[in-house]
Amino acid sequence: MSPEVWRRFTASSLFWPVVALVALLVFDAVAVPGFFALRIQDGHLYGSLVDILKNGAPTAIIALGMTLVIATRGIDLSVGATVAISAAVACGWIAAAPDPTSASAAIVGMLLALGLAVVLGLWNGFLVAVLGIQPIIATLVLMTAGRGIAQLITDGQIITVANPLYAQLGGGFLLGLPVSVVLAAVLFALVGAVTRRTALGMLIEAVGINPTAARLAGIRARGITVAVYVFVAVCACLAGLMISSNVTAADANNAGLWIELDAILAVVIGGTLLTGGRYSVIGTLVGALVLQTLTTTVYTAGIPPEVTLVFKALVIIAVCLLQSPKTRALLRRTRPAPVREAVAAS
Amino acid sequence: MSADTTRAPAPPQQRAAPAPRRRLASPRVLPVLATFVLFVAMFGIGSARYDGFFSLQVLLNLFIDNAYLIVLAVGMTFVIITGGIDLSVGSVVALSGVLAAKLLATGWSAVAVLLVVLLVGTSLGLAMGLVIHYLELQPFVVTLAGMFLARGLCYVISVESIPIRDPLFTAIAQGTVSLPGDTFVSPSVVVAVLVVLVGAYLLHATRFGRTVYAVGGNQQSAELMGVRVGRTKVAVYGISGLCSAIGGLLFAFYSLSGYSLSAVGTELDAIAATVIGGTLLSGGVGLVVGSVLGVLVLGLIQTFISFEGTLSSWWTRIVIGALLLVFVVLQRFLVRRRS
Repeated sequence: MSPEVWRRFTASSLFWPVVALVALLVFDAVAVPGFFALRIQDGHLYGSLVDILKNGAPTAIIALGMTLVIATRGIDLSVGATVAISAAVACGWIAAAPDPTSASAAIVGMLLALGLAVVLGLWNGFLVAVLGIQPIIATLVLMTAGRGIAQLITDGQIITVANPLYAQLGGGFLLGLPVSVVLAAVLFALVGAVTRRTALGMLIEAVGINPTAARLAGIRARGITVAVYVFVAVCACLAGLMISSNVTAADANNAGLWIELDAILAVVIGGTLLTGGRYSVIGTLVGALVLQTLTTTVYTAGIPPEVTLVFKALVIIAVCLLQSPKTRALLRRTRPAPVREAVAAS
Repeated sequence: MSADTTRAPAPPQQRAAPAPRRRLASPRVLPVLATFVLFVAMFGIGSARYDGFFSLQVLLNLFIDNAYLIVLAVGMTFVIITGGIDLSVGSVVALSGVLAAKLLATGWSAVAVLLVVLLVGTSLGLAMGLVIHYLELQPFVVTLAGMFLARGLCYVISVESIPIRDPLFTAIAQGTVSLPGDTFVSPSVVVAVLVVLVGAYLLHATRFGRTVYAVGGNQQSAELMGVRVGRTKVAVYGISGLCSAIGGLLFAFYSLSGYSLSAVGTELDAIAATVIGGTLLSGGVGLVVGSVLGVLVLGLIQTFISFEGTLSSWWTRIVIGALLLVFVVLQRFLVRRRS
């Protein structure tokens, strides 16, 4: 790597998250023998790395949607509730179908859940873009009420389903990889391509920087804002379907509990600022991987699972501190050399 | 000189007359009034529907059951008025309970335990405030990390529920303070009321309180005016940490145990109560008494559900969400009308 490329990489907001990810993986390689071992069984890929991807897929998908919401200077706290509602609707429909094992029941159940998710996204978007309520409170409404609604749908029970097609989503394999991983990869590639190869990404960022200016410049700020909330709700619905399919049950109380916080963290660790106006899809992917690798490391390295949260907190604080412009400025002040170069360059 | 020119056209009495009405209709007071009316209406409906609802004791039970939440909401009010948010309060409640139970189990004296718990909560809050202000990180992310840290520390201290058998703690838990009319409250209510009074005094009658409003109204203007923004921001998170620790102790008195999974999601209740009580999440507007009313409304919903008997517990969440919506939309239109 040439010095110029290296300098640009260390200065980018991706640098510290990647360092954290590499450090975690190096720790795993040393502490857990065979962590990187992959084996193929019945044409399916297994191993700790695949586990990280598979378990991280729901959070990563939600974080992807959250990235676009945060880019518009918004936030969506209700995704965990959407996860629970989607799982409840899909499993409730399948369990109540005349033949709970049929493919048609699974498909209709999933479509119903997706349709409801679009409605929930429109609701959040309406509160934020049309009524002009602060995103954090607007989505707090659904976050508070959502789990109650999910329990209303499941009647407070845990609905178990035994549908082969539905089970594929969370537990099946496609091209040797878990279906959820393939789906997440396709979504990331799609969003990356659609927002970065077209002007859409720039328009989203423009809304995040200044909605009024964006509107005056001819951007449909309101439409874009509603669209990102619908998109994150659909992402949350997919994640909810994956989670409930993986355990073949809908638990209105615990499905997707605190997933909104993990998703927001993944976005923040990935270098997207909560103040909006700039986002990085790859950063979010790295952020989600850091979080999931951390969790998996704690489990596989034999560290008591109780301390996972402490570890998580420390990693978040460290990554956020290293990314904060303020800390960077402080660090730079102690190292005068780059400043002189910057002056010379200008 | 400009005072003379403005005074000349209208006599002072006439100008003063519309002021009180405007103050009642101001976005600062109207939501609190709305919450009060809602509370009275709900209490009235409950009294009409259920036998034994209309009593002073039912009202006092609201305070007894929600004493810890009242304390949390007071701390949250300070933070939200500065335009911040504190997601760590629920975890700090659990941490305070677990820490107290563990220290008592290892033979510490009750008074030392109380002091240590208050110190830990306040330090955690101050630390978060320092990071938020001096490293310019988002309050949401910092207090989220604080939430994970405190909850994680709970698990590190103990995964299982630890019973509290200390004589002072059980005395407070089982003690009652008799009030006229054959009614009573728990000692925790006395603590909560004291916290509310001190909080209201600090926020509404001191220089520090005005700084809090100034920072939330417009941080840059406050800075230019020479207000000590940094000190104020750090202090409000310290206050919230202290309130969380007090709330945690009250919760420990209430449950007589320390359990790492207790008070999950309490931060949302505290935020919801504060918002229903008329505090704007964008900062600069809010009253301590509003947050107390917010907690009482939340408590009243629970009471309704327990009196109804047939309603399932999840209706609580749905109704709180609906109320939140009504108040948020109401505030939105009030603010829009003002501007």
